[in-house]
Amino acid sequence: MTASKTAAELSADIRAGRIRVADAVRQSLQEIKEKDQDIHAFITVDEEGAMKRAEEVQKAIDDGTLTGPLAGVPIAVKDNICTKGLLTTCASHILDNFVPTYDAEVITKLRNAGMVIMGKTNMDEFAMGSTTETSFFGPTRNPADLNHVPGGSSGGSCAAVASGEVSMALGSDTGGSIRQPSSYCGVVGMKPTYGAVSRYGLIAYGSSLDQIGPIAGNVSDAAALLQVIAAPDKKDSTSATLDDYDFMSALKEDVRGLKIGIPKEYFGDGLETEIATAIRAAGDVLAEAGAEVEEFHLDLIDYAIPAYYVIACAEASSNLERFDGVKYGYRAENYEDLNDLYKKTRTEGFGDEVKRRIMLGSFVLSSGYYDAYYLKALRVKNLIKQSFNRAFEKYDIILAPAAPTTAPEIGKSLSDPLKMYLSDIYTVSVNLCGLPGITVPVGRDAAGLPIGMQMIGDCFREKTLLRAAYTYEQAARRTSEGR
Amino acid sequence: MAEQITDETIDYVSILAKLKLDDAGRERAKADMQQMLDYVDRLNDLDTSNVEPMSHIFPLKNVFREDVVTNGDGRADMLANAPEKEDDQYVVPITIE
Repeated sequence: MTASKTAAELSADIRAGRIRVADAVRQSLQEIKEKDQDIHAFITVDEEGAMKRAEEVQKAIDDGTLTGPLAGVPIAVKDNICTKGLLTTCASHILDNFVPTYDAEVITKLRNAGMVIMGKTNMDEFAMGSTTETSFFGPTRNPADLNHVPGGSSGGSCAAVASGEVSMALGSDTGGSIRQPSSYCGVVGMKPTYGAVSRYGLIAYGSSLDQIGPIAGNVSDAAALLQVIAAPDKKDSTSATLDDYDFMSALKEDVRGLKIGIPKEYFGDGLETEIATAIRAAGDVLAEAGAEVEEFHLDLIDYAIPAYYVIACAEASSNLERFDGVKYGYRAENYEDLNDLYKKTRTEGFGDEVKRRIMLGSFVLSSGYYDAYYLKALRVKNLIKQSFNRAFEKYDIILAPAAPTTAPEIGKSLSDPLKMYLSDIYTVSVNLCGLPGITVPVGRDAAGLPIGMQMIGDCFREKTLLRAAYTYEQAARRTSEGR
Repeated sequence: MAEQITDETIDYVSILAKLKLDDAGRERAKADMQQMLDYVDRLNDLDTSNVEPMSHIFPLKNVFREDVVTNGDGRADMLANAPEKEDDQYVVPITIE
């Protein structure tokens, strides 16, 4: 159901003069107009800005200054990434009037590549949630079945790509927020190694965990978008310098000799049988293509979620202190003094899930509990990192589900927060350990809902992941065409 | 056994978090936090007495630069989103009489 043309094909047509950028943008606007009443992938659609930008990009392509592989391609951006002059809300009441005066570094990269930003996508409030239902602006619906959630927190970006409103989007991933909704929506989503993409201008949730990444209809487009956004950045002190940024050169069908490990512990209780079967079948496809695939024991998986929530909430409580009704965003109307202004603004401005995480984070950082909870979680993180290090001594890639179930029905997840948190079991370790991970569609369940597999690599091994993902995708495409 | 969350703890945490809780909100926050702490308690299964806390996954070093201003006067941008401003400054309620 993804866009009829891939981003690469669309850009090739644009650069060859077969399609005008303005027509590509109009086409995307038309798709959004037709589909988004039902899906609600977007919080803001920037029709005027996109049309104006289309003309500029067209000129630059015509005079030969823009030649990149994604020039002229429309893209959607998650609403926690700052866009100069364009409303950026984090799907929160507290930022529902915030218009950034600067671009995030990734936005500068998109502009330099000649991409056209169509608008800002819906998400869980401050990226806190797994369903896109905690948005102040109401839920996004899964294009595969409108009664189901798209996953989250980058649910709007994934739904926008899955519905064909755009062919690519940016998301952010703190505990699975690109990989899980990509799985639920049947698209390709990648969380790069921590530091590979600048976080400058990404509104922070858990700073040691957050990464921006590409979402697309296929592996090649995801690689092309990663190539646009990945770069060192002096404005992000945790930014890393990679040896090689030529991700598109990894798009080869070749997994011969690649060692792929499947953690036995990921296939226990709670994983739907259809998903287990689909992931194992994907492993078989890679084995047939020449990879060495085997099961192994991965330690400590039951400790990833508790460690993650302590660390993420601690960082969130600190990061969200800045929202106080003074510098930007919503301000409460009636207050007695400065402290009351802070409290009323935050109480009225934040939703329930955000408050829950700020409370837990404030508790685990408070004097008397800091060692027992926060430092304990950081020590466990060290153990989990060591466990993954041991796995990567043996394997190039860890193959896993992206989520224990396919997309839940709308309205079924928020009543039991802990249960919702547990659905992140396969994704949070990747963020704790700073690893790259990619989700690739591997089929659908009996109800027609997409299933995704997740491949996890060691730090800075994006190209290995892309090569394996591409090999799988090509083999799977031949199988389905041969049917 | 995880830490038991009392009314006093919740009130203290709400001061730190700068959030107001009504009675129903306090009860809900108490129950939610208790549930999470009971769950998080399993971290104590692991002996971490000889394990260093890991805040960053990469060994990060301080990055130094010359102390020169590179970003110019951003006052107008800084104030552009302020809910209330006057004479190039943020306006807040009186804090000192």
